[in-house]
Order: sequence, then C-alpha cells, then structure tokens
Amino acid sequence: MFAYYLELALRSLMRNRALTALMVLAIALGIGASMTTLTVLHVLSGDPLPERSNTLYYPQVDPRDSAGHDSDKEPMEQVSWTDGKNLLQAKRANRQALMTGGTVAVQPTQSALDPFYEDARFTTADFFPMFGVLFQYGHGWNAADDDSSARLVVISSALNDKLFGGKDSTGQMLRLEGTALRIVGVLGDWRPNPHFYDLNVTNYAESEGVYMPLSTSQDLQLVHDGSVDCWGNGGAGQRPDHSGTCVWLQFWVQLDNPAQAAVYKEFLVHYSQEQKALGRFQRPPNVRLRNLMGWLDYNMVVPGDVRLQVWLAFGFLLVCLVNTVGLMLAKFMRRAGELGVRRALGASRRALFGQLLVEAGVIGLSGGIGGLLLAFLGLWLVRQQPTSYAALAHLDPWMLLTTFLLALGASLLAGLLPAWRACQITPALQLKSN
Amino acid sequence: MSTHPILAALRRHKAGVILIALQIALTLAIVCNAIFIIGQRVDRVNRPTGIDEANLFVISQQWVGTPEDGAPDAVEKIDSLVRADLDTLRRLPGVESVAATNSLPLFNSSMINGITLTPDQKNSTLSATMFLGDEKLMSTLGVQLVAGRAFTAADVQHQGFRDDALPPSVIVSQAAAEKLFPNQSAVGKTIYSDTKGTTIIGVVKLLESSMVETFGNNSDYYTIIEPVRQDGNISRYVVKTRPGQQAAVMAAARTALFSANPERVIDEDRGIRSFAEIRHEAYRADRGMAILMAVVCLIMLCVTAAGIVGLTSFWVGQRHRQIGVRRALGARKVDILHYFQIENLMIAGGGVVVGVVLAVGLNLWLMSQYEMPRMPVIYVLIGMVALLALGQAAVFVPARRASRVSPIEATRAA
Repeated sequence: MFAYYLELALRSLMRNRALTALMVLAIALGIGASMTTLTVLHVLSGDPLPERSNTLYYPQVDPRDSAGHDSDKEPMEQVSWTDGKNLLQAKRANRQALMTGGTVAVQPTQSALDPFYEDARFTTADFFPMFGVLFQYGHGWNAADDDSSARLVVISSALNDKLFGGKDSTGQMLRLEGTALRIVGVLGDWRPNPHFYDLNVTNYAESEGVYMPLSTSQDLQLVHDGSVDCWGNGGAGQRPDHSGTCVWLQFWVQLDNPAQAAVYKEFLVHYSQEQKALGRFQRPPNVRLRNLMGWLDYNMVVPGDVRLQVWLAFGFLLVCLVNTVGLMLAKFMRRAGELGVRRALGASRRALFGQLLVEAGVIGLSGGIGGLLLAFLGLWLVRQQPTSYAALAHLDPWMLLTTFLLALGASLLAGLLPAWRACQITPALQLKSN
Repeated sequence: MSTHPILAALRRHKAGVILIALQIALTLAIVCNAIFIIGQRVDRVNRPTGIDEANLFVISQQWVGTPEDGAPDAVEKIDSLVRADLDTLRRLPGVESVAATNSLPLFNSSMINGITLTPDQKNSTLSATMFLGDEKLMSTLGVQLVAGRAFTAADVQHQGFRDDALPPSVIVSQAAAEKLFPNQSAVGKTIYSDTKGTTIIGVVKLLESSMVETFGNNSDYYTIIEPVRQDGNISRYVVKTRPGQQAAVMAAARTALFSANPERVIDEDRGIRSFAEIRHEAYRADRGMAILMAVVCLIMLCVTAAGIVGLTSFWVGQRHRQIGVRRALGARKVDILHYFQIENLMIAGGGVVVGVVLAVGLNLWLMSQYEMPRMPVIYVLIGMVALLALGQAAVFVPARRASRVSPIEATRAA
C-alpha cells in the first residue's frame, strides 16, 4: 500500500515540477539556515569538559576596600596574588590550581626559524590532573617544582610539531625570553571549548603552547596577559602584581560532590571574615562558588549575535513552512475531483489521508536532504570566517539526527492541515460538479 | 469595482487566504526588525574615529631578553631602544610622521581608568580609555585640537609598563570634557584617577576609544591622552606615510628595525598592520551580521513572492471557467486583472496589519533580550509598503494570465 501511495505521490509531484521545486527549496532553505545557526550555537554552548565539569568550581571572594561598596554587587572575577596564594596553600579542596595567562617570545635553536610569540599559561601542578589533560609524552610537574620555581615547561603538541617535528622532545631545552627551560611533557590533543579556565583571553581561544610553573614565570618576570583590576592605591609602584589590591589570577578547585562544595563555600566565608579581621578586606564576606557551567553562564560566553542568528533562522523556517502549507493546501484542494473519485470507489478517509501525508513526507524528506546539504555549505562558510570559533563549526551525529527529525517533522506538520482539509471532501458533490 | 464578490470568493478559500496573509505578516515582522538591525550595524561601522585614517599603520613588537622592570635601569634601557626605533622609522623614505603609543582607536587593547573630580570621590564620574603617547602622537593621528594647547617634547615623560603614575598634564576628548565639566571650559581644570591629580591642558574634538568589540556597547568617546612613552616589554609605533607609499614603507620598516636591533619579535601576521585592516577587523562581526540579515531578508521576500505566485496561479486555474463566464458576460480583460490585483491587495493588507503588530511585538521582545533600542515607525512603514508592493508584483503574472482567459471557456465543460 505504501509503495502505491509513494508512486501516486511521485506522479503528482512530477505533474507540477515548478511548484514541487518551490516547496522543496523553501523547506531546504529554512532547514539549512536553522541547522547552520543551531549547530554554531550548540558548539559554542557546549560543555568543555563533559566528564569533569560538575566537579570543577571557580571560587570568588571580594577583597576590595569599602569605596563604592554596594551590597548586591558581585565579588571580583579573579583573585589577587595574596588571596590566590592563601587559598592555594590552604589546600581545602581535593585539587586546586592558581593560574594566569602570558605571552612569551620563543627563540628556537634551529636557525631556520625566527623568534615568535607563543601564548603561555603560568599555573600550578594540579592544573593537569584536575582538568584531565592528556599527555603525548612525559608528564606535568609536581608541587615541589612549584615551590622551587623549577625551570621546566610543558608544551602543546602543535608547538612540539613546529619545533621538534612531532618527536618526543622531553628532556630537551626550550629558550624563552633568554632563559633555557627543560621540557618535561608534551600535551596530547587538548582544546577545551570554550577556553573556560581564563575567559579574559578570547572565549574560544586555542589552548596555549607553553605551560610553566606560576612561580617560575614570576621569577623570570614574564609578561602577564589578561585583565588586571586594581583598586584603592593598588596599581601604584613597580610591582603591583604581588600586592593584595590587584586581581589578575584565576583560581579553580575540584570538589567531588555538593557536600564538599557546601563545606568549601563555608571556608570561603570564614576566610573572608578572617581577612576582614586582619584588616585586609573591608567589606562583609561576599563569596561565590560557581561550578564550571554556572561560571560560563554567568559570563555569557555565547555571543549575543549567535543567539540572534538562531532566532532569525527559525523565523525564516517558519515563513518557509507557512509558505509550503499554503501551496500544499492549494494543490490538494485542486485535486478534489480525483480524491472524490477515489472516495467514491471505496477508499476510506484514512487511506486518502495516508496517501496525502506520504506526498507531504516525500517533499519533507527531499527538503531535509537539501537542507542538510545547505547546512554543510553554511557551516563551510562559517569556517571560512576569521572568528575564533570558526574552526569548531562542524555537524556532529547528534545535530545530524536533529536535522532529519526537524525536516521530517516540519513537513509532516505542514502536510497535516492540507491533507485533513482535502479529506473532508464530500465525494458526491465533487462527482456531481464534474 | 465592488469588493463584495471578491470577499465572497475569499470566504470560500479561508485556509489558503489565512496562510498567505500569515506568511506576509511573519515576513513583515522579521524583515522590519532585520532591516532595523542592519541600519544599526551600518551606523556603528560608520562611526568616526576622529583620526585621519588614511596612510596610517601600526607596528607592535616585543623585546627579547630585556627584563621588564626587575633591574632599576630597565626602563631607561628600553626607552633608549624605543627612541632609537622611532629615529630609525622616521628616517625611512616615504615616512611623514612617527609616534610611540600604547594603543589606538579600534585597536581592541586598552587601558581604562575611572576619572573623578576630587581625590576622595567614591564613584568615578566616567571611565575613560587612556592613550599613552609622545608629543608626535596627536599630529601623526591627525586629531583635531579644539581648545588649549598640544603637548610639546617637554611634557613627555617615560615610565615602565606597570608604573601608573599620572603625568602633570593630559588632553581629553570633547565628550569627556563635557561630561566632566558641563557648560564650562575644561582647560586648566584638575581631574583625578586613583587619588592622583592631573591638569587638563587641551581638548580634542573627537577620539574613538580602543574597544568597540560588543554590539550594544558603543563607547561614549571618553578618551584621555597622556604624554607618556610607555617602556614595557611590548612597544608600539604608529606611522603616517606619504600618500601611495604605505605598502612600501610597511615592508621596509620590518627590515630596518631588525637590522638596527635584531633582539625583538615582530609577529608575521599581526606585527605590522595598516589602520584599514584594524578598522576592518574591529567591525567584522557587525558587517557579517548585516550581510547575513540582508541575505536572509532577500531570500525570505523571494519565498513569499513565490508563494503568492504559486497560490494565485492555483486560484486562476481553479476559476478558469468562472473567468470565462465573466468575460462572456462583458467583463473586460482589465476587469479580470483588477479583480486579482484587488484580491491580493486585500489579503496582503490583512497580512500587513497583523504583521505590524507582530513587528512591534518582536521589537519589544528583542529589546528585552538584547540591548536593542525601540524601532522607529519609519521601518514599519517601509516594511508595509515593501510587502504590499511585493504582493502586487507577485500577483501580476498570474493575474495577467487570468485576464487572457478567452470567453469561449464559458462554453467548455471543465
């Protein structure tokens, strides 16, 4: 029966080629636009570390003076050197890492390469195990290396490819800003999206090429990169960075369950009270402990334009669907005579309804396939854009399935009203008028 | 022509009429708002920077092996390197003017200070982008001075990257001057940043700030120039060339700087950039959004027009015999043409009325979700006229076909 309906549908569709093409094209354009924008949104609002994100937290405290104090204000978005060190040394979480970004000049020993800049991450030992960073060669460093400001680095696989042709470079020396540092590890493929641990760099930045102990970077006076926010008389003097009145570091902790998180939040309140008693903090304790996804939401990392584009595309899809419904309705109604004959010859309403839905489904499926092709084209266009997230715009299987369901659902929905209307035809009236 | 028979006929195609009107309404709502968004983006891209952008380029570079502020003489050492670089660049053929600076309008790298009118004021009066440069900066950028005087070499200080001491004199933008000292001259007044005071010696007409990154977050042109050469690990020079020589000077500058002192890194791609490139990059997202909106609108209008053509063609086909009867009873071709045109006008008119409501609703929703201002009525009016015209244009071909139906049709069986 289905094969027969399909044949009828194809015959009918072939009869009005221009109209069929218009319906298929409209659905394809709508689906293509929606899926392109939806995929970009899906990629951008994804979870950077799906297995770990609910155990990673970003503590915030408010170390400012009372100037401009407003009770409902958010605490600072980063921590100062003093607070970062205190919280790190308190070791109240299962793992914790203090970090900041930087830019270093790499001086390759190979004469063929000119010196070049590389983004760097200055951090502490727990960074690698806490974020689940995989190593291609070697390993990270340990707390003792942090304490002794060991002259060592971990490099990304991209930098390893560039400098050492992808060979195991652990044990070799890397010259940065005039200092030789020993390579202890080479990362595997690691690019969490968004670049959650430091949103001051572009939100969808690539991972850094060089990682080294924070203490070493401070010893070597390497250039800090990112946002610095000072208050009071902070900022003054030659080394504002190590004062307690400038925030420029990110602090992350790993807490394995909500109970631990509650305890840690208590600790942050106690810490703030203690610092206030010491005279460092002047405001009442104001702490936040957001988990990874909460932190990303709070920072609204997904660009507003991307959301706007999704709405635009779905508006467009709606117009295309209404268009298709209108055309399909006109088409089915025009075939009232033919349908009347079939009814008179004994076809039930359900059979007619099924037949018309098959026809709608064929249009939807063709539109869906067209839409998928257009989505591939759209995503290819997005990838040609020089935005930081361009390279991430790919259809994953999940979005592929969504596309198909959307296309089929949309066209069946579009076929429903016209098919139902056409089935209401009274066969006698149709036969008589003909 | 009486509209009564048209209305009676429409009543027999309720579903089709409602659908086409709905499509017109949705198209109107989306197109109005999209055009409004495009207009805003275009306005933004066209914002003046207040500088003479032609023939301008920027060099950003990092020193290698110079401790930034560890050794006490580091700042002096870097300053002599910077002055040597400025000299090297000045001597290149085709160069008109060179200045040291920390940033530029649209450069997307900025230092922002809270400015107060008294040293102990709690909340700052405004947040200003601070440009740090030498006495040549204003003339190199071609910024227009409207009050007071420009900097001289004697005003210029030099300090380390992390030293945020304020020089005794600054020049502010007119927008900042008016916000700080409404209805009075700002020249000679003292302003404060982090309790440190400085005197305004001049006012420039217009100077855009560095950050224009996010839409809905336009800067207020609050900018301040400090006569300071910043001697940090990163040095930045802005160069004005003679007309037509920019490309040659950009290429020569790299070679000249490296041969003068190779202990530096100038990034291959982003180390030397023309101002045109900086402007292009600063507004890339806005341009992309405007183009996307325009393309989607255009396709949507095409789909709607095609829908009207398709649906009307069906109706014409369906009423072939009736049209023949009307023709046989004396209706002229033009009467048939008008019939379909008026029918379309009525449907589109209904759609447009609903569309205006939807357009305003969509605008209100966008205002609540995104930083979007209220849409002026003119956009809705343009949208209404555009869609009514689109409907008439789309209906013309099938209506003309209807008008050519021969009166003979009346005698034929369907």
